[in-house]
Formats: sequence, structure tokens, C-alpha cells
Amino acid sequence: MHDKTIAELVAGLKAGEFSSVELTRHYLDRIERHDERLNSYITVCAEHAMRQAEAADRAIAAGDAVTLTGIPLAQKDIFCTEGIRTTCGSRMLDNFVAPYDADVVERCNAAGMVMLGKTNMDEFAMGSSNETSFYGPVRNPWDAEAVPGGSSGGSAAAVAARLAPVATGTDTGGSIRQPAALCGITGLKPTYGRVSRWGMIAFASSLDQGGVMARTAEDAALLLNVIAGFDERDSTSADQPVPDYTATLEEPLDGLKIGLPKEYFAEGLDDDVARAIEAAVGEYRRLGAQIKEISLPNTSLAVPTYYVIAPAECSSNLSRFDGVRFGYRCENPRDLEDLYKRSRGEGFGAEVKRRIMIGTYALSAGYYDAYYLKAQQVRHLIREDFVDAFKEVDVILGPTSPSVAFNLGEKSSDPVAMYLSDIYTIAVNLAGLPGISIPAGFSGKRPIGLQLIGDYFGEARLLNVAHRYQQVTDWHLQVPESFAE
Amino acid sequence: MALEKADVERIAHLARLGIDTDDIADYARDLSGILELVEQMNRVDTEGVEPMAHPLEMAQRLRPDEVTETNQREKFQRIAPRVEAGLYLVPKVIE
Repeated sequence: MHDKTIAELVAGLKAGEFSSVELTRHYLDRIERHDERLNSYITVCAEHAMRQAEAADRAIAAGDAVTLTGIPLAQKDIFCTEGIRTTCGSRMLDNFVAPYDADVVERCNAAGMVMLGKTNMDEFAMGSSNETSFYGPVRNPWDAEAVPGGSSGGSAAAVAARLAPVATGTDTGGSIRQPAALCGITGLKPTYGRVSRWGMIAFASSLDQGGVMARTAEDAALLLNVIAGFDERDSTSADQPVPDYTATLEEPLDGLKIGLPKEYFAEGLDDDVARAIEAAVGEYRRLGAQIKEISLPNTSLAVPTYYVIAPAECSSNLSRFDGVRFGYRCENPRDLEDLYKRSRGEGFGAEVKRRIMIGTYALSAGYYDAYYLKAQQVRHLIREDFVDAFKEVDVILGPTSPSVAFNLGEKSSDPVAMYLSDIYTIAVNLAGLPGISIPAGFSGKRPIGLQLIGDYFGEARLLNVAHRYQQVTDWHLQVPESFAE
Repeated sequence: MALEKADVERIAHLARLGIDTDDIADYARDLSGILELVEQMNRVDTEGVEPMAHPLEMAQRLRPDEVTETNQREKFQRIAPRVEAGLYLVPKVIE
């Protein structure tokens, strides 16, 4: 059952080949048997899931079901789930039982989906390896010595290891796309504003976006249909109509103009990754696309710019964690200042503290112009690069990550080395564009991801371009051997 | 820009973050490294460029000034560390 795509599972449920209860039980069993060595889940919601599955079966029997009714999914532990612990991978929220559901969760529940549990993640979504989690690192299902990527490492690993058919993730600088690439799955970050941030614990408000992690572009399209849409509770939510993302998957690619940014194929790119991307470009030519070299001249400024903006916004957003109203509070605070400092000092891990401090510095009196304002100006230039590029091409193609998964511990003591893993993904967040990573090969045991970047609200086209590639290749159907059974 | 221990202490205080004295040197080193990365932004001339705070050309949506939220204080205070009579308790602030 765990080898079926969502489209196949939906058909199976409809035809009565199995029930949602059986399907859910199957995944819960797999989690119990396999997750100890992966650590992809922080909270498994067995009872809650069974109740949802029973309700789904009743809805299916009564003819009240919608497309994804009865399909299990995993929610990244950054989405508030009412009555269920929501930790954001942090000690700060270890005891936090959310009093409400995030918009994304409400939509999945309304669609009759079954939540298997909350997945592991880098603390407060800050990281590219899932090594900063208070709950321990997640391992890459393809190679236990390797990281799964981050910050949505738990969701990526769970889907890759078939411990969930699909999962939600969030992406602020690459946190859906990079782990999708490192774990050999399909991960989509929608256009900024496409998916509501209501109830999604905030890291950097002008960059954060919720999205989907699945094994195929078709599966990703199915879940995007559920979670995309305007939400008036999110003041940055885009009031744009939501198309049926599955309707245009099969469109032929004849005449599609694909841009290859020359800056993405320069030094620092792993040879195996470069070769796999080149081969993929060949596939796209055969599918009828025209390939064009383009330039995104400000590419090298994306990482420096991001590491001003994201920490600045995070220092603001994380100021709400003060030990007063919810979350971690230190023991026996002497006075209010001690309460704040020790609750935050003890509740946050080192990477979170680093980013809060960089952000605080960049926003402080005397430094705001040199850092934050400057970064917002460079951000404008980065965005303009893309706007210009999309006048000439329909989608942009490149590697998702400069290398395949690195080893646990390899980059965790050098923050800057870790930050450079996001070199191809970060500019997409700065510009607010949609991006998808799809499997395109292997380097030894470790998967290689290919990134497609689309124009604003161009998710349907991205999914179509991804799907056509998946119809002529089988990278996305590979299973990590030790999780096959 | 290299940060000294005194800078780290000042920033940590602004952010109300408790940092162990033993860790200050490490943070100074890490933060200095990050600032060195960030300084690369200065390679490009941004004279006259509008700062961009929002990825899309969207203006902040406004709504009518009408009460739409309901009072759910009991529900939200159930997860508070310390409450009494609907108030959140903290150590005494005013002597």
C-alpha cells in the first residue's frame, strides 16, 4: 500500500479495495517499525488518526467524500494543531498544546484527510540539515550517515521512507526544496501568499510559505488543491483564484522556453549534480522544450541578503517567546528580566540564538541603514533579475542544491558553510516566486534534485513541467532499500 | 565587522537572551563570520534603489473597524505558566 501514489490510493479507497482505517493502520505500523532509526516524527497521533480515519470511511460510505478524504498525511510540527502538541522543533514549545488549528490544518481536516503525526524539523525552521532540532536529528532514509536536509527534514524523510504518503512543509530559504532534493522526493514552495500563514509559527514573515512534499508532481498537485487559497486571517494572503492544479499536468511542453541561469552552473557545483542536471536538460529538449541561457546577475548576493532579512524578521517574531503567556518558563525567576533572559536562553538552541542576535544587531540604532535597509534594496535587485528573466523564458531550471546530502555533523559547527547550501533556493524566497524540486538522479546512494522556478502564481505550470519529466523518467519511483518493506 | 565580547553582551541584552559567559567568545566568533558573509552585499551599488519589503506588489489589506474576535481568554490561558484571576503572573516589576 505504501508504494501507491495518492492518486492510486484515492482510486483504491473509492473502489473499496481497502478502507481509510486499514490504510492509516498500515502507515502507523510502518512508523512504529521504522521511525526509531529515522526520527522523522516528533508526535505520532495514533488515536486521533484512527478517529479521523473512521470518520473518513463513514463519509466515503455516505457519498460525502471529497478527493483526498481518507488519505493520511504528516504535518510539519510548525503548524498549530488544536489540542495536539506543536513544538516547532524547540524546547521553547515542548509543552505547547496549540489552542487552534492553522489554516493549512483546517483545510486538510475539512478535506477529510487523516493526520498521522507532526514531523521533526530544524528548530523554528532555522537550518538546512534537521540537526538543530531539540528532538534530535533526522537521518536520511537513503543513507543513515547523511542528513535529510532542512528545515522540513522530518517531512522529507517520512515521505521518502514511505512513513506518510504526503506531508506539509514550510520554506523560508529552501526548507521544502532542499530536503526534497536530498531525500529524493518532490517538494513545492508556492508563490508567497498562495498558502495562508495563519497558525504557521512565524520565522521570517516576508519569506515564509507553506507547501507540499510528495513522491510525485501529481500527488503534490492534489494536496496543493487543498491547502492553497485566500485566508482573511493572514494579512499577506493573496486573493487569487485557485485553479485545479491537476487539470493541466498533461499539457505538452512543445515550445516551452526553459532558462538556465549561467550563475547556477559555475564553481561550487558538484560534478555528479551538474551531470544529472545536464541529462535532465536533454530530457526536456526531447519533450519539446527550448533551452536558453539566461543571467541572474545578483545571484551571489542572495545568501548575504537573506542572512540579514531573515534573522531581522526572526528577531521580531521570536520576541513573543518570553515565558509569560505560553511555552517554556525558567525555574524560579528572580525578576522580570531574569524571567525573559533565562526562559529565552534556556528555551532556544544555539542557531536560533545566533539568528536572533544577528537580526537584533542589523535592526539596532546605527546599523539599520547599513544592514536591513541595504538588504531590502539588494532584494529589489534580485527580484528584478527574475522579472527580466521571465520576459524571455517560461520557467527557470537548475540544481536545487550544490551537492547531495552531506554527513551528519559535517557542517554543523560552521554556520556559514551551512548557509551556503541554500545558494540556489534562497533567491526564490527573496523574490516570492514559486519553486519545485524533483528527483533527477543519484550520486552513489544519495539523491540529486532539480529545481524549477516559475513566475508569480505559476504553480500549475511548474507542476506540469515536473509531471512531464516524471512521465519519462523513474527517479521519483525509487525507494530506499531499507524502508522497502 | 568583527564583534567583541562586549558587543555580544549588548546585543544579547537587547534581545533579552541569556548567554552563558563561557559561550560569549564562541558567539562572537560565529556572529563575526556571519557579518563577514553579509558584508558582501556592499559589492553592489544600490543608490536610488527602492527597498523591497514585500515580494509582491501588494498593499496592506484593511478591514472595517468592527469587532470580529470573541473573547477566548480561558481557553488561551489554560496553557499559561501562571495565571490568576485572568491575569498572567510574572515576578514583581515595581518595587
